[in-house]
Amino acid sequence: MLDTEDRAILRQLQADPTLAMPELAGRVGSTAARVARRVERLEASGVLLGQVWEINWQALGYAVAVSLRITLDKTAARAFDEFLAAARLVPQVLDIQTFLGRVDVRLSLIARDLADYQHVYRTQILTLPHIADIEALMDVANVKSNRDLPL
Amino acid sequence: MTLDEIDRALVLALARDAAQPTTQLGRKLGLSQPATWRRIRRLQESGVLSARRLQLDAAKLGFDVTVFLGIKLATKGRVSLEDFERAVSAIPEVQTVDHVLGLYDYRLRVVARDLADFERVLRRRIMTLPGVGDVEANVLLSEERRPGPI
Repeated sequence: MLDTEDRAILRQLQADPTLAMPELAGRVGSTAARVARRVERLEASGVLLGQVWEINWQALGYAVAVSLRITLDKTAARAFDEFLAAARLVPQVLDIQTFLGRVDVRLSLIARDLADYQHVYRTQILTLPHIADIEALMDVANVKSNRDLPL
Repeated sequence: MTLDEIDRALVLALARDAAQPTTQLGRKLGLSQPATWRRIRRLQESGVLSARRLQLDAAKLGFDVTVFLGIKLATKGRVSLEDFERAVSAIPEVQTVDHVLGLYDYRLRVVARDLADFERVLRRRIMTLPGVGDVEANVLLSEERRPGPI
């Protein structure tokens, strides 16, 4: 189980993943060797999975981001599997999430502009199997996006 | 910014693993270490690589529930969007806040230890925010991030 020092380490790394070991040790009030051992243990136990760079798609010319909330036709036996397999083949889809609630699946979709969105929507989204209903919400602004855990 | 083939391979590799050494990354792409470093630097400065994030296993840390909330503001025009955004962003369990156009005004991603913990966050922190109207909750069952059109 994690103790207070483990949590302090994860909290600091979450706020700044580029922290060097001596700096990290200073912030949690420990020694670099001790913190390095703990980080190693957090990695080995699979709590700390690694680090990733986030891609800013707007900087690459994708000005439009849309969230598609989809209800599937559950009378078809393999509706979920077949829908998800087909959705994975659409390059502009960034996230595929399934839910318990009013919505079955959410796709995050990006496009270069509204004309491009309309084209992708008609040719690659509406053709996905087993869709019963779709609602589209356009992203206006990311207000908070760090996905930090409340450690 | 337009990317060449090597930039694309770099972006894809760094979006999967940001911590790999540049020497190792360069070797895979047939680049010297300084050339790799220069390209990464350029991708950061142009904003294509926007933020470095730690990847944690939420379930192993005791966070078993993720809920997406669609929030409609009840009294538009009277509540300041900035005030709402500031207050909602300050809630530690709220991981993302997106201002959207359509059925809802905001989409929140909320993490909690279990459903009882989620209910506490919803009742005490979210429903008490200024201007909150209709709230729709969908519990996340599975999630997959795709590489995108690179």
